Amino acid sequence: MTSQPFRLPTGGRIDRSRRLAFTFNGQRYEGHPGDSLASALLANGVHLVGRSFKYHRPRGIMSAGIEETNALVRVGSGARIDPAQRATQIELYAGLAAESINCWPSLAFDLGSTIDRLGRFLPAGFYYKTFLWPGGRWMFYERFIRKAAGLGEAPREKDPDRYEKRFDHCDVLVVGGGPAGLAAAYAAGRAGARVVLADDQMEFGGQLLWREVRIDGGPALSWVTRAISEMEGMPDVRLLPHATVCGYYDHNFLTILERVTDHLSPAAAGGRMPRQRLWKLRAREVVLATGAIERPLVFDNNDLPGIMLAGAVQCYLLRYGARPGARAVIFTNNDSAYETAAALFDAKVPLAAIVDTRAEPVAAAAKLRQRGLNVLFGHAVVAAKGRKHLSAVTVAPLDEGGGGLAGPTREIACDLLCVSGGWSPAVHLFSQSGGRLEFDPVLGAFLPGAARQAMRSAGAAAGAFDLAACLAGGAAAGATAAQRCGFGDGQVRRAPGAAPTAAAPPRPLWEVPSPRSARRNRKFVDLQNDVTAADIALAAREGYTSVELAKRYTTAGMGLDQGKTGNINALAILASETAVAIPAVGTTTFRPPYVPMTFGALAGRDVDDLYEPVRKTPLTDWHAAAGAAFEPVGRWRRPMYYPRPGEDMAKAVERECRAVRDGVALCDASTLGKIDIQGPDAVKLLDRVYTNAWGSLAIGACRYGLMLREDGMVFDDGVTARLAEHHYLMTTTTGHADAVLSWLEEWRQCEWADLRVYLTAVTTHWAAIMLTGPKARAVLARVGTDIDIDRAAFRHMAVRQGTVAGLPARIFRVSFTGELTFEINVPASCALALWRILMIAGGDGEITPIGTEALHVLRAEKGYIAVGHDTDGTVTPADLGMGWIVSNAKADFIGKRSQSLADLARSDRRQFVGLLTDNPQEVLPEGAQIIEAPTGSSYGRPPVPMIGHVTSSYLSPTLDRSIALALIAGGHRRMGEVVAAALPGRAARAKIVSPRFYDPDGARLND
Amino acid sequence: MLLIHCPWCGPRNESEFACGGEGHIQRPDPAMAHDEVWVDYLFYRRNPKALHLERWVHAQGCRRWFNVARNTLTHEIRAVYRMGEKPPEGVR
Ligand SMILES: [Zn+2]
Repeated sequence: MTSQPFRLPTGGRIDRSRRLAFTFNGQRYEGHPGDSLASALLANGVHLVGRSFKYHRPRGIMSAGIEETNALVRVGSGARIDPAQRATQIELYAGLAAESINCWPSLAFDLGSTIDRLGRFLPAGFYYKTFLWPGGRWMFYERFIRKAAGLGEAPREKDPDRYEKRFDHCDVLVVGGGPAGLAAAYAAGRAGARVVLADDQMEFGGQLLWREVRIDGGPALSWVTRAISEMEGMPDVRLLPHATVCGYYDHNFLTILERVTDHLSPAAAGGRMPRQRLWKLRAREVVLATGAIERPLVFDNNDLPGIMLAGAVQCYLLRYGARPGARAVIFTNNDSAYETAAALFDAKVPLAAIVDTRAEPVAAAAKLRQRGLNVLFGHAVVAAKGRKHLSAVTVAPLDEGGGGLAGPTREIACDLLCVSGGWSPAVHLFSQSGGRLEFDPVLGAFLPGAARQAMRSAGAAAGAFDLAACLAGGAAAGATAAQRCGFGDGQVRRAPGAAPTAAAPPRPLWEVPSPRSARRNRKFVDLQNDVTAADIALAAREGYTSVELAKRYTTAGMGLDQGKTGNINALAILASETAVAIPAVGTTTFRPPYVPMTFGALAGRDVDDLYEPVRKTPLTDWHAAAGAAFEPVGRWRRPMYYPRPGEDMAKAVERECRAVRDGVALCDASTLGKIDIQGPDAVKLLDRVYTNAWGSLAIGACRYGLMLREDGMVFDDGVTARLAEHHYLMTTTTGHADAVLSWLEEWRQCEWADLRVYLTAVTTHWAAIMLTGPKARAVLARVGTDIDIDRAAFRHMAVRQGTVAGLPARIFRVSFTGELTFEINVPASCALALWRILMIAGGDGEITPIGTEALHVLRAEKGYIAVGHDTDGTVTPADLGMGWIVSNAKADFIGKRSQSLADLARSDRRQFVGLLTDNPQEVLPEGAQIIEAPTGSSYGRPPVPMIGHVTSSYLSPTLDRSIALALIAGGHRRMGEVVAAALPGRAARAKIVSPRFYDPDGARLND
Repeated sequence: MLLIHCPWCGPRNESEFACGGEGHIQRPDPAMAHDEVWVDYLFYRRNPKALHLERWVHAQGCRRWFNVARNTLTHEIRAVYRMGEKPPEGVR
């Protein structure tokens, strides 16, 4: 047990009465409720938390917030491993176990750090250059790079946690619970608007949680407590702590990641609540009070543990009561760090010096000088010293332009350097929303300019860094947003007040000059990806002057932190290297998410069986009980075959095929699309969407139809029956059922609004059982029907309505197998009963359930096309040899005009033919390319022209040999010729034949 | 995620809709149209970085088609109007 030696005796938002034990890299420590992992580590004197990505340099905690770039740790164990969390954002709980990443074999002794000494071999663009090297150098390096790179390892087990999504809407969404956000939410809530206030911390207040400032004459936190408790009493205000707004999309649609139980141990979370909840929120108005992020300064060795952002040091001292060092130096270019100086003074941390880049003394320093502090104006820290921790800084006076040194250097011993390079408003969400950024040369920062959506920025996010301005701006933004939603008059009744302060302007210093040569110094711009100022300069020299290219070439800003601290420094250095102004360089695109999100939150409950729900027919359970092997067809799972004990797929399919040709079989055809078409103009619709003519179709008759797209290509096929004067039932292929209905509706609504016809999807209302085989009529007679099923009374391509086994039924005499078939449609609720009755009537072991594979073999034997199998959206009716179904008499139908386009009239188009291989046992793979047969033993010089491809291929039990269907250039003219299918290492010869292998005249259909 | 006002159902999320591309395309008389005219109708569409007249369908709702005047750059929806109607005054 250690005793938190760097914990201050008093102060902060932690509960010293309770202790929380946790481990870091296996070592046991203690902290308090209210701590972050980072603050608890600092209270225990732990600074070294990780190794950098590329050079494996030692890295310490740098910030106190979401912008943390170094302190990435792995949390949890087993399936709950979270590979790369920021220690600054992890709320401490009892039993928390965290480990460093990027360290091998250990944090203290890291083999990868030898890369640091080889640093000049890994310059900017290393990966790109290595890719381009000849002779497979990339392959050599890859093994090594893959091991060294990457941020932690993801768990391999299934995620045991539950995640949720929630859709909601509100009048005013306020992002950020600091002073501006609180004032905005309060004002909007008071006006009566429905408000959501989202903040990523465990408690509201933002900077007020640690800054020693006053509001309305009292301590700021008293005001926070009052505002929160009043808002809790407002029924239309929702307060969301632990919630980060991650994405700002079109029309004020935002995503919020709420970490519901991340701050609890898995045991305490108990599984009752989800781990995280993803809000998808539509807001009428948005107020962005996202604050600002402090910038580091770019000097030699600026990545040593012990170098921290000044605001973060202030936060650790005053919010967490943790002392990040024993002897401090401050290095700043602006006024804000003087608050850190005061905090250090109050915490009795010796402050060796304040190094301020500004040449003239500033007012903020005056009070501290009275306390006897040493302020060096016009100076800079030009280097940091130390091995695994800071031990001293080198200080030197700056010349007037800031590009060089004006005097000798000297060393100041310290173990903590607080840096402040100014503040960048957090404009990420504003930029995501489509707003334009504008560069403010005084602040040296990009500010929100013109907005594109119904939103406004307030507080530090809008460049107002003074507390009084934050409060006033926030309240005004909230009142205006509420007014625009129809609540209140836009006036702020009682704005919270604070004493305004006047800050002296900062002195931007994007790159601190160094006494060492450029080759030897390491000025980090992006600490997470180990990008230095020299890398940016190299990229610029090599021509990567666009900010987007330089980013990708150097990887600056591409880490988990997405450059929240380093980006502005990187682009300022790029501007300087290319001698243009910063606004001319511009920024890289800010993309969602603002912080890394778990895949779990994005997936929510759409996992496992709910990922893509399976569609079932009323018979699916029967098929499963009968041992069917299923295949996916669209969202359906259809029985592919029903293996008997000892049978493989080939044996089962062979048996099922023989049952159809010689006996009787049942097939579940319920998935076929069915569209009920009614209205006096129904026949006009059919005439316009099918290639053939429908006017002559009698009531009680069916007809096969081919549907084209307007470009003349085959889109779908199926049988349509006329049930009554103005009533038709169209069937579609299983896979195209939805597409065909949408297609018909689009034409009906957009082009043919005058047609009196209505379309209704009835696919799942009617189950369809295909009773097929020469003995089908006998089975149907046995189960009993009031329909005359005599050969002469009920012919092929007729439809009858009546009862079957006492159940209401429609029977279609259509056939996809080539045998006598009754397709019996019954209401879905009757399907299982009918199926069982038919199975019994068929006789045990005689009637055979068949799956889709046998169906495919049987239809291929007949040369029937399967749309989407033998066609691919580039096939015309003529290509299929189906010119007979295209009406010349009709003036127009969809796709007719395109048939005469030059490309569709080409004689060398790929045409639908049958193929018989020389070897009758050879089953060609579907998709095999067809080439010309060899002359002699040579196929000619590669590339050998490909003249077609195999579309369907099976072993035919009926013909006792293999058969294939193919699309071959000019195939219709090449009957009897021999071609070859290209197979791995060889070619198989095959003869072009008619695709109708079996019963070409259809005699069996009319049985 | 656009917020689209279906003329029949009111404001709904974009995920309920499907975009059918450019609207107000006149189908040429197939008996009269030259190949160039027909191919233009089949394959060529406007792709402006500006206001665009499109047709959408409320696929997960009332399944009705309607017209949307949308700025493809800003995603601002200037008008929504029923099938068969002309774009409102000032939207073009
Ligand atoms: Zn609708």
